Amino acid sequence: MQTYDFDYYLPKTVEEGIRLFQQLEGEGKSPVYYSGGTEIITLGRLNLVETNAVIDIKTISECKELTVRNNRLIVGSALSLTAVEERNLFPLLSKAASGVADHTARNKITVGGNICGQIFYREAVLPFLLADSDAVIAGKNGLRKAPVHQVFNRKLMLQKGEFLVQLHTDQRYLTMPYVCVKRRQQWDTGYPLITLAVLKTKTEIRLAVSGLCSFPFRAFEMEKAIGQGGPLPDRVQEALRHVPQPVLDDVEGSSGYRMFVLEHMLEDLISRLEGNHP
Amino acid sequence: MITARLTVNGEQREVAFRPSATLLFVLREKLGLTGAKPGCLNGDCGACTVNVNGTAMKSCLMLAVEGLNQTILTIEGLKDSPVQHAFIEHFAFQCGYCTPGFIMNINSLLKKYPEADDYTIKEFLSSNICRCTGYQEIEKAVKSLLKMNREDRAGLQQDV
Ligand SMILES: Cc1cc2nc3c(=O)[nH]c(=O)nc-3n(C[C@H](O)[C@H](O)[C@H](O)COP(=O)(O)OP(=O)(O)OC[C@H]3O[C@@H](n4cnc5c(N)ncnc54)[C@H](O)[C@@H]3O)c2cc1C
Ligand code: FES
Ligand code: FES
Repeated sequence: MQTYDFDYYLPKTVEEGIRLFQQLEGEGKSPVYYSGGTEIITLGRLNLVETNAVIDIKTISECKELTVRNNRLIVGSALSLTAVEERNLFPLLSKAASGVADHTARNKITVGGNICGQIFYREAVLPFLLADSDAVIAGKNGLRKAPVHQVFNRKLMLQKGEFLVQLHTDQRYLTMPYVCVKRRQQWDTGYPLITLAVLKTKTEIRLAVSGLCSFPFRAFEMEKAIGQGGPLPDRVQEALRHVPQPVLDDVEGSSGYRMFVLEHMLEDLISRLEGNHP
Repeated sequence: MITARLTVNGEQREVAFRPSATLLFVLREKLGLTGAKPGCLNGDCGACTVNVNGTAMKSCLMLAVEGLNQTILTIEGLKDSPVQHAFIEHFAFQCGYCTPGFIMNINSLLKKYPEADDYTIKEFLSSNICRCTGYQEIEKAVKSLLKMNREDRAGLQQDV
């Protein structure tokens, strides 16, 4: 029942967190940032995470911020998924978050932990990919802000010692029409077979997917196909030709089954947003 | 090893543990509180659920050190509570292994959402697994408590 051994640090500021990382690294420890800690504890028990020092970022005030300021929604990385759901400032994010794990686990799993974790579904990133959000990242040179598309490529591309502090989203995106559906192999909780999030802006339909491949992604090429004129089934067929390969083929579902489910989800969700739903 | 005070079931308990120890481990092995059960140790089954500041938490997903300066409630701290009575009245357990986890989760549900709708009940209950599949009886127990809440409130309004 005991996890492997590590020391525990609780910095109060971003700077202290960064300094601690460098210091511990210099001492030959292999520090990791700790947010909800659920993955560090559970994968650690299986020897899939090895560290002798964890730096818990959840008392850093910036990491717990949840507010709208200067027309931007600010989401701190150490907020639990249920905290984000309960405030419901960004309904698409609430919906995507509410599909992760189960209610009690989401009291502990955090937005940043979900996005930075090894478990590759990372469903909480989908709304930020759709809303062209910015990521605020802390490192030894201070804070940097970068478009999420620049820093999230299959996973969050962090330099050693950096951590995700916040995500900023233009307020316009918070009220745009959306649908987000998670299909599982069975039951009401568990990893996705496919999670598809769709956002309708003034000019286009945007798509982001988790569970189809071994990484979540914004489906730019598929969006282009959907944006062409013509009957929806034809556009969906064209979009399916742009699915990144390989498609997962595992216990949750074969690749053929996943493509079948995706096809029907695309037709259903897009027609709902385009207003042709019966 | 660190030595620190944990507030559990209204008492301050001084305890020595390793920073990497889970709350579940410390409750059971250091404090002798064996009500929170080890099941999957992976966040899936909910048998280890306790309340931290009133919120349901899987104690296998939490380090004991994260529990410092927090108010921890385990099944041992719930005495004669309406949830426990409802479980007995509605036969909501068989082998009983999952019961403390369910009760702690429902305790938090009723505190947070005294008028919980069906969706919220389902959301909360899907965090726990019952190997004996007593789900219907558990749901009946929860609904009886919510009905009691509603009737109490209606009674209070009439009294005014
Ligand atoms: C029971 C259960 C069910 C799950 N179901 C799902 C699911 O349905 N869908 C899904 O998408 N995921 C699911 N997960 C996976 C879960 O979302 C990830 O494991 C996630 O990492 C947990 O978040 P955490 O805050 O606990 O992370 P932690 O354990 O704190 O951290 C995870 C990793 O991310 C790093 N990290 C954390 N925060 C930061 C940060 N701010 N900056 C840089 N690095 C950071 C840590 O160093 C660590 O390597 C499930 C997990 C559990 C336990
Ligand atoms: S033992 Fe904690 S969730 Fe199963
Ligand atoms: S009563 Fe046996 S596991 Fe639930």
